[in-house]
Amino acid sequence: MKSCLVVDDSKIIRKVARRILEELNFDIQEAVDGQDALDNCKSAMPDVVLLDWNMPVMNGLDFLKALRKTEGGAEPVVVFCTTENDMSHISAAISAGADEYIMKPFDREIIESKFVQVGLL
Amino acid sequence: MRSEDFELISGLLKQRSGLILPADKVYLLESRLTPIAHKRGLETLDDLVNEVRLKRKEDLLVEITEAMTTNESFFFRDNKPFDLFKDTVMPQLIESRANQKRIRIWCAAASTGQEPYSLAIILKEMAAKLVGWKVEIVGTDISQQVLDKAKEGMFSQFEVQRGLPIQLLIKYFNQVGDLWQISDDIKTMVTYKMFNLLEPFSSLGSFDVIFCRNVLIYFDQPTKTQVLEKMRKLIPDDGTLFLGAAETVLGITDQFKPVQGQRGLYSTSNATDDLIGKLKAV
Repeated sequence: MKSCLVVDDSKIIRKVARRILEELNFDIQEAVDGQDALDNCKSAMPDVVLLDWNMPVMNGLDFLKALRKTEGGAEPVVVFCTTENDMSHISAAISAGADEYIMKPFDREIIESKFVQVGLL
Repeated sequence: MRSEDFELISGLLKQRSGLILPADKVYLLESRLTPIAHKRGLETLDDLVNEVRLKRKEDLLVEITEAMTTNESFFFRDNKPFDLFKDTVMPQLIESRANQKRIRIWCAAASTGQEPYSLAIILKEMAAKLVGWKVEIVGTDISQQVLDKAKEGMFSQFEVQRGLPIQLLIKYFNQVGDLWQISDDIKTMVTYKMFNLLEPFSSLGSFDVIFCRNVLIYFDQPTKTQVLEKMRKLIPDDGTLFLGAAETVLGITDQFKPVQGQRGLYSTSNATDDLIGKLKAV
């Protein structure tokens, strides 16, 4: 079973994402902000990170940059999942090493199709 | 809905588009036609059916047919046929058409454009191999309404997230307010034309590849046979046909045969063993 770290400061979004991803057979960990996510990754690197952008303490982009510099941090597939839906944010995320990008609102079908594209399903 | 009303509408759909609407799909009639009734100031679907029965106005019949034949479409739907097109069909055509340097592709149910644009994007990505080539994509649909949307090339955030990798969104789309518009260089690769598959195909010219995915499922057996046999006449012996994953030619026509191991891909029954070998190899 592949592991997925769901990073979002909204408890509701984490819950929705967890439900969808558990149905797709992922083992879910949750983190409430970028720092929490980074700590999580340092103790156990997940296969995938589903990543919000705007969060307190450390935002998604800063987390991604820090993750990619961490030992083993090049490995996880990182999929942004954010309300930031303009081209400049998308380009910045991809340049920083994100593998895919989901613009909220999302549903099961979008998550599934994006995960297929990055070879997770 | 009364059964004579259902029969009136389903008969109309069959005659105009070939669409077979089974009685268990009556909910589909209700959900798609009620908005048309309301738009026309009619209170119920029954009123709309009466309007059809009494006046048979062409514009209403067109609107009903369009509403019932429109189906959702995604970019790179099912992935596999597009991989086959890119990795198997195109390399074979580049080899076999090296003299003419001309390839024509037909999307027989182009809908709102996702399928022809997906093909155009693939061709653009392999442009280095196609320098000096003329590759045409013709997208047809029975509904003018969906073709207008296809031509505009404007897609919602929801539509561009189903099947389209983010890298391709960045590369080939421009953001226009809340919407995403496909770039002009992709748009101009596709020609759209309103066309009913029940009509004679002679006006279309010939093709090397035909995409006719998830269309035949809506037709009855004789119509399926007719459509496939008309298609066969438009493609040379080494042409190829793509059908939907749930579709088959078995028991419908012997003019096409499935390429073993390549789901959804069909060669003509006159294809050489050499060609079939190439289509099978990945």
